[in-house]
Amino acid sequence: MQTSNVLAKLEAPMIRAAVPDFRVGDTIRVHYRIVEGEKERIQAFQGVVLKRHRAGVRSTFTVRKVSFSIGVERIFLLHSPRIDKIEIVSRGLVRRSRLFYLRKLSGKAARVRDAKEQ
Amino acid sequence: MNQNPGIIGKKIGMTQIFTENGEVLRVTVIQAGCVVVGKRTLEKDGYSALILGLDDRKEKHTNKPLAGYYKATGVSPKRHLRELRCPPEHAAKFEVGSVLKVEDVFETGQYVDAQSRTRGRGFSGVIRRWSMAGSVGSHGTHEYFRHGGSIGTNMTPGRTLPGLKMPGHYGDETVTIHSQRLIKVIPEDQLILIEGGVPGPDGSFVVVRGAVKKAKKRWNVARAPEGKKKKG
Repeated sequence: MQTSNVLAKLEAPMIRAAVPDFRVGDTIRVHYRIVEGEKERIQAFQGVVLKRHRAGVRSTFTVRKVSFSIGVERIFLLHSPRIDKIEIVSRGLVRRSRLFYLRKLSGKAARVRDAKEQ
Repeated sequence: MNQNPGIIGKKIGMTQIFTENGEVLRVTVIQAGCVVVGKRTLEKDGYSALILGLDDRKEKHTNKPLAGYYKATGVSPKRHLRELRCPPEHAAKFEVGSVLKVEDVFETGQYVDAQSRTRGRGFSGVIRRWSMAGSVGSHGTHEYFRHGGSIGTNMTPGRTLPGLKMPGHYGDETVTIHSQRLIKVIPEDQLILIEGGVPGPDGSFVVVRGAVKKAKKRWNVARAPEGKKKKG
């Protein structure tokens, strides 16, 4: 849907300037600020990007990792000030825009082909 | 009656805003920029109100009595006209023909009521219209999946009680959302941001006024968003 000019102008200052060009299938590391009481620390979450939802300031992306053999997915707001930075760990080669099929797979089958192999 | 100062405007759409600590607020954006077309005064009309107009309309689409009124006040014909009751002190602040600025009416931190017309949904069944649960899908049910069930008893009272929830026309009615937080006033574009949703599709006509139930209450503005993200 076309966003109105008024909304686009309103959202513009909230949009993060330097977003690395990561894609679905890439493995990324998200550095996320966590506030615990008074203290603030940064926690990294590393995994495969399952989905990118591109919608201006409301854009999100989903990252999946397997932690102690339990699948964990997190949906991040791309332009959230709580995201400290996003690092691309490796590029993946995938043929679809949503990798939900990974949820059913485990072990070696759940890997995404590395773009560098080609 | 709500006599708190208000504006008329247009719903632009919804978006989200980050607060300073990174929380997200869902807001509806409303664009004002309405013009004071006329006034009602205590002396002349027995009550005090501002007559507001929004959006120009073509002169040929204005009927003659109205066109005469616009001519007398010197304001171009407007598409929407609405009279909003207000205290005389508030009405005295504005000239006929001037733009009623949002920053003169609202301040960040107050609560507002937003009134507009909901989307029309036509003739709707009870599940959509009254959120009834419908029937079970199995156990021998047939031709009764989305029905509303019994509409009354037999001999006593022997009739269906008034006000029973049944299918019928749904939507296209005026609905007021009460006591929403006014998140931000943006004077440059004459925008106000109201937390939560406002009825109707984008582009619909909205009346926003100070909340009738929380006229004097203020929420904690210290946590208001500045509209910019923290250095990331």
